[in-house]
Amino acid sequence: MSVELDVFVVNTTIMDEEVYQLWLDGYTGLGHNINQLTHIDILDTVIHQSYESCYLSAPSSVNDAVKVRMEGGVLEGCEASAEVLHSDTMDQYRTFQMCERLLHSPVKLANQLLFQIPPHRQVMLIERYYAFDSVFVREVLGKKLSKGTKKDLDDVSAKTGVTLKSCRRQFDNFKRVFKVVEELKGPLVENIRQHFLLSDKLARDYAAIVFFANNRFETGKKKLHYLTFQDFAFCAGQLISNWTVGALDNMVEDMDVDLEKEFLQDLKELKILITDRDLLDQHKSLVCTALRGKTKAFNEMEANFKNLSRGLVNIAAKLTNTKEVRDFFIDLVEKFIEPCRSDKWTAGDMRLYLTHYTNSAHVLDTFKHQVVWDRYMGVIKSCILKMYHD
Amino acid sequence: MPGKLKAKIVAGRHLPVMDRASDLTDAFVEVKFGNTTFKTDVYPKSLNPQWNSEWFKFEVDDEDLQDEPLQITVLDHDTYSANDAIGKVYIDIDPLLSSEAATVISGWFPIYDTIHGIRGEINVLVKVDLFNDLNRFRQSSCGVKFFCTTSIPRCYRAALVHGFVEELVVNEDPEYQWIDRIRTPRASNEARQRLISLMSGELQRKIGLKVLEMGGNAVVGYLQCFDLEGESGLVVRAIGTACTLDKLIPGSASNTNTHPNTAPASNACNSPSKEIKESPLAHGCRSSHNSPVHSACSSQRLSHSQNFSVSVPTLVFTGMGSGISVGKEAGPLKTLLRQQAQSALEQREFPFFTLTCFPPGFLVHIGGVVSARSVKLLDRIHNPDEPETRDAWWEEIRQEIKSHAKALGCHAVVGYSESTTICEEVCILSASGTAAMLNPRFMREGCLDAGGSDQRLSRQPPLGMVGSERAEGEVSSSWLGFDDASPPSCGFCHIPYDEFNMPFPAQLTYCYHCRRQKVPDVLFTTIDLPAEAAVTGKGCLIQARLCRTKKKAQGEVNATAISNLLPFMEYELHTQLMNKLKLRCMNALFGLRIQISVGENMLLGLASATGVYLSALPAPGGIQIAGKTPSDLSYDQHISTMQKRINDTIAMNKELYNIHPPECIEEVVGSPIPDRQRSRLFRSTSESSDELSELDLSHGKKDAFVLEIDDTDAVEDIQSLLTDAPMPAGFYSCNTEVMPGIYNWTSGLQMFTSVRVYRLNNANLTNQGLNKIFTDLCENLLKSLYFKLRSMIPCCLCHLNFTVAVPEEELIQVAVTAVAMSFDKETQLAADKALNKGSGENEEQLQFSMELCGESTSSNNQPTAKPSGLPESAMTHSSSRDRCSTWLELLRLKAHTIRRGSVKTTSSSERCSPLPEVRSRSLRSTRSLPCGAPVTVVKMTPLSFLPRTRIVKYLGIINMFFIRETTSLREEGGVSGFLHSFIAEVFAMVRAHVAALGGNAVVSYSMKECVFMENPNKNQAQCLINVSGDAVIFVRESDQEAIPPLITCGQTSTTGADGTT
Repeated sequence: MSVELDVFVVNTTIMDEEVYQLWLDGYTGLGHNINQLTHIDILDTVIHQSYESCYLSAPSSVNDAVKVRMEGGVLEGCEASAEVLHSDTMDQYRTFQMCERLLHSPVKLANQLLFQIPPHRQVMLIERYYAFDSVFVREVLGKKLSKGTKKDLDDVSAKTGVTLKSCRRQFDNFKRVFKVVEELKGPLVENIRQHFLLSDKLARDYAAIVFFANNRFETGKKKLHYLTFQDFAFCAGQLISNWTVGALDNMVEDMDVDLEKEFLQDLKELKILITDRDLLDQHKSLVCTALRGKTKAFNEMEANFKNLSRGLVNIAAKLTNTKEVRDFFIDLVEKFIEPCRSDKWTAGDMRLYLTHYTNSAHVLDTFKHQVVWDRYMGVIKSCILKMYHD
Repeated sequence: MPGKLKAKIVAGRHLPVMDRASDLTDAFVEVKFGNTTFKTDVYPKSLNPQWNSEWFKFEVDDEDLQDEPLQITVLDHDTYSANDAIGKVYIDIDPLLSSEAATVISGWFPIYDTIHGIRGEINVLVKVDLFNDLNRFRQSSCGVKFFCTTSIPRCYRAALVHGFVEELVVNEDPEYQWIDRIRTPRASNEARQRLISLMSGELQRKIGLKVLEMGGNAVVGYLQCFDLEGESGLVVRAIGTACTLDKLIPGSASNTNTHPNTAPASNACNSPSKEIKESPLAHGCRSSHNSPVHSACSSQRLSHSQNFSVSVPTLVFTGMGSGISVGKEAGPLKTLLRQQAQSALEQREFPFFTLTCFPPGFLVHIGGVVSARSVKLLDRIHNPDEPETRDAWWEEIRQEIKSHAKALGCHAVVGYSESTTICEEVCILSASGTAAMLNPRFMREGCLDAGGSDQRLSRQPPLGMVGSERAEGEVSSSWLGFDDASPPSCGFCHIPYDEFNMPFPAQLTYCYHCRRQKVPDVLFTTIDLPAEAAVTGKGCLIQARLCRTKKKAQGEVNATAISNLLPFMEYELHTQLMNKLKLRCMNALFGLRIQISVGENMLLGLASATGVYLSALPAPGGIQIAGKTPSDLSYDQHISTMQKRINDTIAMNKELYNIHPPECIEEVVGSPIPDRQRSRLFRSTSESSDELSELDLSHGKKDAFVLEIDDTDAVEDIQSLLTDAPMPAGFYSCNTEVMPGIYNWTSGLQMFTSVRVYRLNNANLTNQGLNKIFTDLCENLLKSLYFKLRSMIPCCLCHLNFTVAVPEEELIQVAVTAVAMSFDKETQLAADKALNKGSGENEEQLQFSMELCGESTSSNNQPTAKPSGLPESAMTHSSSRDRCSTWLELLRLKAHTIRRGSVKTTSSSERCSPLPEVRSRSLRSTRSLPCGAPVTVVKMTPLSFLPRTRIVKYLGIINMFFIRETTSLREEGGVSGFLHSFIAEVFAMVRAHVAALGGNAVVSYSMKECVFMENPNKNQAQCLINVSGDAVIFVRESDQEAIPPLITCGQTSTTGADGTT
């Protein structure tokens, strides 16, 4: 006897969050995690015997999920067998598959008629569907969300341990969000939140991903490996809210995803700080006066001042070049963070230094670019402070 | 031209991409009614078109309004080639034709295509202007209300119950027409959907006409079915109960119509006065035992070449020819039913009621289950396009049912239903119901118009009825004597048939409740548990499953083989039910449904019912196992182990279902046949007629139930008896409206449909092997349900009715639509506890409330000012008070046996106190509920009510038929994926239609038909689904506070009771 067909449909669709997570985690690929879960081999036989004529996109896949559920002890206290669990998993997987189409445009989920899903459940479904693994996002952050990148996902999967299925979903989510907000006016985070009904936190993360993908910031270099996604997301947030067109005026008919051209152009003017010797010396003495006695690393600061200042100002001056923009983070690390780290600055030293470095420029008589300087240094300061860790 | 239909197409959304190049769609809409078609403009390049059309007006006859659906087709405009259809929406406008139902249909409907499923949604507005038509000879029956609900709908009061209405229409099945060979599957499916929609409309109109002729205004318990006969045609048939319903004014309304089961105690206190006042039919002490399933099978061919008729051995007719009874039946029925035109005369032929739940006092006695089956050959229909032959078939079956009922001393059949199963050219027609004695008050014209005369009339035994049967004459004198003392909660258990002339051997005792009248030892019924019934403990679902192999055959040989098998199947199912009932220490079955399904090489039988322990009936004896060949020691040991297991199981079940019957001295009285303490239940697979008669005799006489292990067969039986997996903790299940013994439902409910198809891989299976497989299959399905619904614990699966089918050789299909309702464990415990000490302490209050109930009943009966009313009700008061005290004495006597109802609901003073608590609870539940969703939340339930809510309006019947077909089965996720999405789509379309009518729930929802066909080799599958239900508006209990508690106390009491349940 075999089960030819087995369905269970409810009027109010409620999904088991645990099974949903398994589905999202990609326990649908062909035997991905089998090696991790070999110890319920008997189950395979049971299921294959009784469900051989069952079709789901990938029948063996569900078995992985069933195994995980069994290990999780879902059957404890229930007089149910592996078959029951399998049937339940299949039902839920089918529901998820049918829902997936709707999850691609979450707004539809709210006014579609096919599934009656309580609102708080809808929120959960969307939030989890768009959630991503930080190890995964770290791999693709700043890469072009193209077919080429998608093809390389199996390498990413192998490297991160995230299933290929899950990698694809996450990648497609990035791409989908990117495509939708790319052409929209107005604030990026708000657009994402409205079109994908995501929580504020998740919307901000997506904004960062979109922003990075759009500007193609380099994040994969070895020197940047120590940085987490959250570090980058914070920096992206800073850049979005200070350096884009929308940053100054929300009503501007441009988007948040591109850095403001004029501002970048203005940054070139800052070069005077390092090209004009007097100014540089003046600046140095001002900073040193302020710092003296306040930090143990004073000597190193004093010695390195010119180098560090050149580094920062050069970064600013190069930003008009799109290629250089991509290297923004690697430059920050190489030109500023690494020297400081080798001199064993503490985070407090860093804060102190940057504060005085920024403020001292205001006192310089011949320096006329205070506004641009503040706009630049504000972001640089918070980014460096965020990035300055092990 | 009595009607103007107006439709407006507002907008579309989520349309599919029809133009690959632009990824957009140029959509327009065709609106068709009858032969008139209108079109909207093309809304170019959009997936969310805003047509905002003018009002399309159709001027039509109301006859057409009833028959035809409004057809809305969404198309993609294509300049060069033919326009592509995106999908359709059929809108049944019947709900708009009744003044009391919906006034406008407005909302988003899923656009449905039979090949692609739901493809976007369309917003439509529909209105009807109806002109009064005074033409007597009209063909329409606008305004007659239809209800699927098998009880009097909540916001109505039954002024009059007219009786049985049936109709049947036949047409050629488009799928079997020659043209089907050349047309596309889509065209074919749509032709079929449209035809069935038309036929349903016509059927409903015709039934409506019959109702009007009878003087009624509504059909309750409307049951419509399709028979896909194949070559010989497509039959749509329906039965129902014609009633005259009065709408209750909201406010004072809710109370009289609360579901009996949700307000058990208040109803129980309602009934004494009521029943006494109104039940002149309360029979004297006559007794006999009922063999619960009383049935017969017959098979008849049209050719008349042979007429085989087989009676099921559980019953032998002696001295009661059906011919005689038919003649005599006419007498009493004359008093029962309205005498009118000729159609009404026809009506009188069948005193059947499709209701399963009755107004208090309606049901007087229950005889037992009556059923009849008949095997027919479809290819022998002379004139397949005409309904005559099928009419004759059903007529025949109904006559049989009637005569069975008569044999049980009953003049009516309640909980009546009809069904068919078809395999190739063989068709089995089945009908079943519960023989009962009813209170004619509800069926007599004018009984409520003049209260005085009603009282007088009802006090007289209906003379016609007395004369109708030999036995009745002797008894009639006792009627009046026992009349007043007839206790409320056990009256229906008392036997209606003559103790000294029993239709079958039976064991009778005096009622354990009133000690005055006789009751049988076991009671089987197809109805819901009456509200007033006193039950010990909780109930549970009991299923009997059976599989019988059959040789493949054709035509008459096949029909003969099937009809030969049927009686054995019925018998075995009955035995299984009986065994399982005893194993659970219960003595009555409610909601019994026996389904026999025929396939090419096997027959499936599935009986489902809800077992309960009726306090009025004697405690069931245990089950004893006896070995036939007590030779060797190990065998004896084996038997004793089994006996022990059985005893243990019984003890465990007693605990599980909380059955602690009072120890009573057995008094076995009045059985004309000497008792045999241990007569054997003979178990045999042999089919010789000699043994059959032996079966007859032995069956009714058992006391302690003895199972004899004489062959491996029986051993397996016992095994299977014991292998029925117990329900996991926290779950209860029943197939009736509500679970006896559970009252404190929360508002949490989850309706589900589950379908499974199993393939029997081994072609050469024995009966035992098949039985095992079938049993496992049902058990596994149940287990699966328990697992999936575990988050609802503590909960009860209600209305758990399985439908089995044999779609193909070696395939078994099981489908179930039921609802899981959670209840509050803590209050349940409290209620249980309170009950144990309850009734005595509250007698003062009881009496008080009963007076009021008496008042409220009489005022309910005459809601408008009654001229002769005052003295009448005064009389009622005093008499009811007297009777109440009598009843109270009885109650005190039996206090410990009454476990039904909660104290909260019995006392009027407490009625107020629990309310705040209740309200806060329901408020909480409201808060937890999804609100503010852009799509109206529509609840669905197979039951006639939603817990903790009050239905304020019925918007009309939902009766929908869908076909879905695919030629890319694998791509859609295989058969399971295909059916899963189809069922989800059906739910979605039902919800959308309800929401468009302005409703927020469907009650009495059922999936009548789910025909699934697949051809995996061709990557194809097709499925037909028919669903029905009543669209309603409900309000939560907590919202009800607005209604001032100024109504009579009796009514508030029920509100309170409602709240606590």
